[in-house]
Amino acid sequence: MGPWLWLAALAVLLALPAVLSGYVVTIFILIFFYGFLGQAWNIVGGYTGQLSVGHAAFVGIGGYTAAMLSIEAGLTPWIGMFIGGALAAVLGAIIAYLGFRFGLRGFYFVLLTVAFAEVCRILASNIDAIGGALGLYITFTGNPRQFQFQDQRAYYYVALALMMAATGVVAVIERRRFGIYLTAIREDEAACEALGVNTFKYKMLAMLVSSFLTGIGGTFYAYYLFSLQPSTVFGIPLSVEIIIRPIVGGAGTLLGPILGSFILTPLGELSRSYFGQGGMYGVHLIAYGVLLIAVVLFLPHGAYPYLTRLFGGRPRA
Amino acid sequence: MMAPLLEVSGLSKRFGGLQAVKDLSLAVAEGEIVGLIGPNGAGKTTAFGLISGFLAPDSGAVRFRGRSTLGLSPHELCALGMARTFQIMRPFPRLSVVRNVMIGALGRHADPRDAEARARAVLDELGLAAKSGQPAGSLTLAERKRLELARALATEPVLLLLDEVMSGLNEVETERLVEEVRAINGRGVAILLIEHVMRAVMSLAGRIVVLNYGERIAEGRPQAVANDPKVVEAYLGDESVGAAPA
Repeated sequence: MGPWLWLAALAVLLALPAVLSGYVVTIFILIFFYGFLGQAWNIVGGYTGQLSVGHAAFVGIGGYTAAMLSIEAGLTPWIGMFIGGALAAVLGAIIAYLGFRFGLRGFYFVLLTVAFAEVCRILASNIDAIGGALGLYITFTGNPRQFQFQDQRAYYYVALALMMAATGVVAVIERRRFGIYLTAIREDEAACEALGVNTFKYKMLAMLVSSFLTGIGGTFYAYYLFSLQPSTVFGIPLSVEIIIRPIVGGAGTLLGPILGSFILTPLGELSRSYFGQGGMYGVHLIAYGVLLIAVVLFLPHGAYPYLTRLFGGRPRA
Repeated sequence: MMAPLLEVSGLSKRFGGLQAVKDLSLAVAEGEIVGLIGPNGAGKTTAFGLISGFLAPDSGAVRFRGRSTLGLSPHELCALGMARTFQIMRPFPRLSVVRNVMIGALGRHADPRDAEARARAVLDELGLAAKSGQPAGSLTLAERKRLELARALATEPVLLLLDEVMSGLNEVETERLVEEVRAINGRGVAILLIEHVMRAVMSLAGRIVVLNYGERIAEGRPQAVANDPKVVEAYLGDESVGAAPA
């Protein structure tokens, strides 16, 4: 697809809030935000093929860091979000070092990432200084310096900017040696080593970039919802929300996470509110499950590669 | 005399109760082609794994370009100029053929455009240019063997370890690959060759090392090795056992 098409798509997204209702804007905010998180995960989970199911931990660390720095030290979350990202990257480095140095693959790496996220959740629940199990509540001031906005549409643009920035980062990585190596590591690590690729180094780097970006997302999470609870920001359900979009849309493709978010987020929100009204909470999870099974069975590489084939696009060289 | 390019001395590796390689010594000089042969299970591929850094030896030493390779990982050895192919080919199946070869070229050409140009040149040379855009998973066996060779070559090695690149090929394909290996060697690349296809080893190698049960049982020029009774015995079994008296 040509650059003009992308510019047109961007122009539409920029103009949309002017005509959409508040509820639809909310859904778009979530599409962008989960698209952003999915894109961040995509670097290590999609391109590199290292299945992290603990990315919620990075959201939690990023969110808690920015919120605590704001509450205790008066630091604006606009700066705190980068510090949160850096701390998330530190945790990412620890997890990656343990996993990759000791050669954990497949299920074992999955378990390691889940275990780290769970440890974070339990720790956060038990440290009273950061709110314990109740978590942190952020007082609404509506002050943009405090990452708070009176108008919903401001969050829309921030979330859109986050998603675009992460996609830009991935687009750059994809073109460089780093990104080309990542796709080969996903296919066969031993062959990579034989061809001179320092697989450990590049897997570490992938995790660092991915956890840093995800950590930045934590600040948005905190200041969009005005609260942080250990059970939600560090929980397995959030990790699943993060990975399911790129998998459905096409892991290891530039637009897969975004497409996946456009498919799944409205579906999740609509079924959540529809079934929630009838008191049937959690039914949206069943919808997710069914969709995931369908994707794995019929589109094992995700929706995006399928669509590009359908419209006569050619696979990249 | 100059030290050989590759010098293996007293190399041993045991897997549980199996002594896969025992006290193996061999050397490859610059620009030389050495064949490593032996019956199935003789330890040839294990020896390759030890030399190329994929396996750690129990004892013994490997020196490459005058330095010990102890503790070096495969990618470090590759950067030093040693490249290997795998007996069980390991293409990146979802990546295109040219991408596969680029992975090898990127080590010395960090800019993907340079690496791609280098990869295309290697593909041209090995007659795979027409397949560059295809996913590697779609290649035939013979093409995948060539791809394996192309990727290793793209790392610009001074020593190439080839693990059965001819096996499973028909005669025409084998003939062609023998010529290509000879051409690669002609440009000064030393080659250590594991091969089951005897005709190929005999015509390529200047010197042959024969392994049996992990041990070197013979070494020498191809004709001498082929007529060595110990080698014949290793391949055909002990003729005196259960055989009628002559």
